Parts: sequence; C-alpha cells; structure tokens
Amino acid sequence: MSDIKKKIKLRIWRGDAKDGALQDVEVEANEGEVVLDVIHRVQATQISDLAVRWNCKAGKCGSCSMEINGKPRLACMTRMNMFEEGETITVTPLRAFPVIRDLVTDVSFNYKKAMEIPAFEPPAELKAGEFRMQQVDVERSQEFRKCIECFLCQDTCHVIRDHEENKKSFAGPRFFIRIAELDMHPLDILRNRKQRAQEEHGLGMCNITKCCTEVCPEHIHITDNAIIPMKERVVDVKYDPIRWLGSKIRRREGIV
Amino acid sequence: MSGVFSPTRAKIAARTLRTDRWWLQPAITVAVLVAFIIYATIRAFEAKFYFAEPLISPFYSPCMTSACPEGASLVGHPLGTVALFGMAISPALFILIFPLGFRMTCYYYRKAYYRSFWQSPPACAVAEPHKTYTGETKAPLVLQNGHRWFFLAGLVFNVILTIDAFLAFRNAQGQWGHMSVGTLVLLTNATLLWLYSASCHTCRHTIGGRLRHFSKHPVRYKLWTWVSVLNHSHPTFAWISLFGVALSDVYVRFVASGSITNFYFF
Repeated sequence: MSDIKKKIKLRIWRGDAKDGALQDVEVEANEGEVVLDVIHRVQATQISDLAVRWNCKAGKCGSCSMEINGKPRLACMTRMNMFEEGETITVTPLRAFPVIRDLVTDVSFNYKKAMEIPAFEPPAELKAGEFRMQQVDVERSQEFRKCIECFLCQDTCHVIRDHEENKKSFAGPRFFIRIAELDMHPLDILRNRKQRAQEEHGLGMCNITKCCTEVCPEHIHITDNAIIPMKERVVDVKYDPIRWLGSKIRRREGIV
Repeated sequence: MSGVFSPTRAKIAARTLRTDRWWLQPAITVAVLVAFIIYATIRAFEAKFYFAEPLISPFYSPCMTSACPEGASLVGHPLGTVALFGMAISPALFILIFPLGFRMTCYYYRKAYYRSFWQSPPACAVAEPHKTYTGETKAPLVLQNGHRWFFLAGLVFNVILTIDAFLAFRNAQGQWGHMSVGTLVLLTNATLLWLYSASCHTCRHTIGGRLRHFSKHPVRYKLWTWVSVLNHSHPTFAWISLFGVALSDVYVRFVASGSITNFYFF
C-alpha cells in the first residue's frame, strides 16, 4: 500500500453461536498498519460493539488469533500491504472452536488438554536450585518454549477442525510439542510419556500434513522437530520388536 | 454436520474462505506422482531394455531371476525362473516393493499424498470431504510405523546402486578406467538416493534423535546436527531423487534399445 491513507473493503463475520453472517465494511487504512489496527478502526468508527480479543499487538500474547482470507493468522502480525490493491479482506473467528461472539471463540478446549499432560517430573532427590543441565541437552526443548499459545496450530489441525468428535481423544499439535519438550528433557524422569502420547493424547491420529507448522507465528518446526520425533519414539517402544527385545535384555529405558 | 459446520462453530457456509490457489500444490503432486506411477509400472512390466553393459536401470537392480542377461546381476540368479500362467515375471517386480515401501511410508510423501490424493486435508484450513477420521491409528495406516524397516531396505538398495555406478567406470567390453555419460547418470542417481536416505526423519532419529542426553554422546550429537541440516531439505531430496531414478531409467532404456549411444569421455 503506497498511499498514506486508503479505503479498504473488509468482510467481518458477526454473530454468535446461534447465527451469524459476514458483514461488508469500508474503512480507512494507513501505511504500515496491520489487520488488527483496521479492525480497531472499524470498532472505533462504525461497529462499536464488535467483539475482538487482543492484547499485546506485538505477536507475543497469542490473543488476536483469527482467520484472515481463510487462513489462521495473528491479526496483529498480518500487514495490510500484503493484500492486493482493491482486494476484499475477509475476517472470521477461528473455525475449529465454538464461537462466543463476532471474532471471539471459546478456546477452553486447549486448557483442558493442557491439564491432561503430566507436568515436568524431576528426580526426587533434587531440590529447586539444584538442577544442572548442559545447554546441548536442553536446546531442542527450548524451541518448543517459544510457543505463545495462540492456538493457530490447533485451529488449523484437520483432526479436530474437521472432526469435532476427535476432540475427546486428540490433544493437538500445541500439546505434542509440550509432550516432546518433556520427553526430551534431560531431567524429566516420567518414562511413559511416549506410550501416553500414543494411547491417551492421540499422537497416532496426526497424519503429519504439516498445517500446524505452516501457520505457527513463532516458526516452531512442530512437525519435524516434535511430532515426527515423538512418532519415532513411540515406534521405539510400541512397534519395534528389536528395540523392545533390546530394552528387555539390557534392562534399561530405551532413551539414555 | 461436523467439522467447521458443527452447531457451535461460526455459521459460515463455505468450506474454505481462502482466496489463494490452494488447490495448485495438491494438483501438481497428483500429476507428478501419477505420471511417475504410470511410467514405473510400464517399465516394471516391460522387462527389456534395462541393461546395456555396463549400465543397468535402477528399476532392475539387483536383477535376480534367470531372465536377467549375463552381467546384469551382482548376486547371480537366486530367484531362478519365476513364471505366472506361463509368463516369466519381470525381475523388477521382486525388488520395487522395497523402494516403493520406503517412499510410501516416508514422512514427507505421507504429507504429500494424504493432502493430494486422500484430501485429508487438501490444504490447510480447507475442509476435508471425509465424514470420519482415525489417522494412523488403525490398519492399514498403522503400518506407517514400519518406516524404519523400509529405510534399512533402502540403504541396501543404495549400496547396490552405488556399486552399479562404480561398475559403470568400465566400457562395454568390461575394461576398467572408462567413463561415460551413463557413469555420470548412475553416480548422480546414487548420490541423490543417499541424500534422500540420509535426510530421512528415521535416519535423524536413529543417528541421535532418540537420545535424551546429547552431552553423553558427542559423536552421535554431531552426526545428528548434520542429518538435521539435511533433514530440512528432505522434501527436495524426495522429489529430485524420484526424478533421478526415472531419468536414469530413461537413459538406460534409450541406450539399451539402441536409440542413443552411450558417449564415453575416456
């Protein structure tokens, strides 16, 4: 967008769990703005009761997740100059979660799933402040700590987006990186994370089509660095008879 | 009504609101893979024009039936003559299951064909057409967990095809110290296959990914970092090695059928 000010066309979804529709709006956009700025201008000048969740405007709080031209995105990180001249920009709430109102959805599914993941379990003999780890042993997990819990990966994952019934048995990519983070942690002693990932959290439902990785605003390699390594670890303990036999003979946990 | 049309979700009639050409990538994938499957099937059943001393097509190596010409087999003819309804079965059919299995269970190809052929999903945030979905939890897709066995079989084939490439440093009379366009073709093919295998996610896991403490295994950690670099390009290697196999076969076929002469540099 080369001009300083320009009128742009938006289609914003308005409604609630019962009904709703896309509403056409024309609004001014300034150079350097992002979609969230424009939505705020709509709110300030035309639709004062437009519901939108936002917080930091810096791509770090994960609040302003929505779908822009059908793609899961952070509104605060989607620049207006990426759209074509005269293009109508369609903004809807996340389509994998129950809608509350307008652009706000109920993402509590994710908090329930978070509670189902067993927490970090350090050796009992170590007290707080006594943990010692080498950087090389924790750097894999550190990538997953970049997650801002915007839940765009959860929203785009077809396992639950396209199959509501799978929500019971599938934790989703955000929690697979959490499980991977803990399973790769040098001081975590809980040894059945792999089995639980497969049997309780639905890792086997993932068909690694990588949409989670595509939409991640933190550019976490969710599939390559967390889900596939976890799938391989599951194979080690559940589907590889040679490694299973080896673990019985050598009487040690498969991963050292 | 399920998925994005579930009662609690925002009421939007469209399957997707994406405005880009999201269908292009799956369409290209289908076109390329179908073309390869058709070509490979024709060639596997053709059972001729796969050997022209010292070149052998990767579709037919190792050649293990009595139908294989003299010099085409590294391992003799352990399968003897295998016939069905009086017709000799092509030697390619006994071996292609292994590279096919390696690619079918490959984490990258799974993404490619789940999206393009099975439309599960066709593209990100585009609703899939299936009513139910169980992923890779049930037969037959639970067998995708056997990728590591096909990976190991793939390594055996890489060794064989590398030997084939070195054997191509001979002339048609079997004398060493020669090099032809065919030598380069087979060397390139073997190199691409090694890159495809080395960049594989199972390779990455086996070499070091399964470890919890990298600090206790510095050599494996170093190897893991190298494989991780290659792993970023795994999709690229998957495609170019597929083209490499097909083009190597095309070249050997042209030479074996007499359509072109294998040019010798020295």
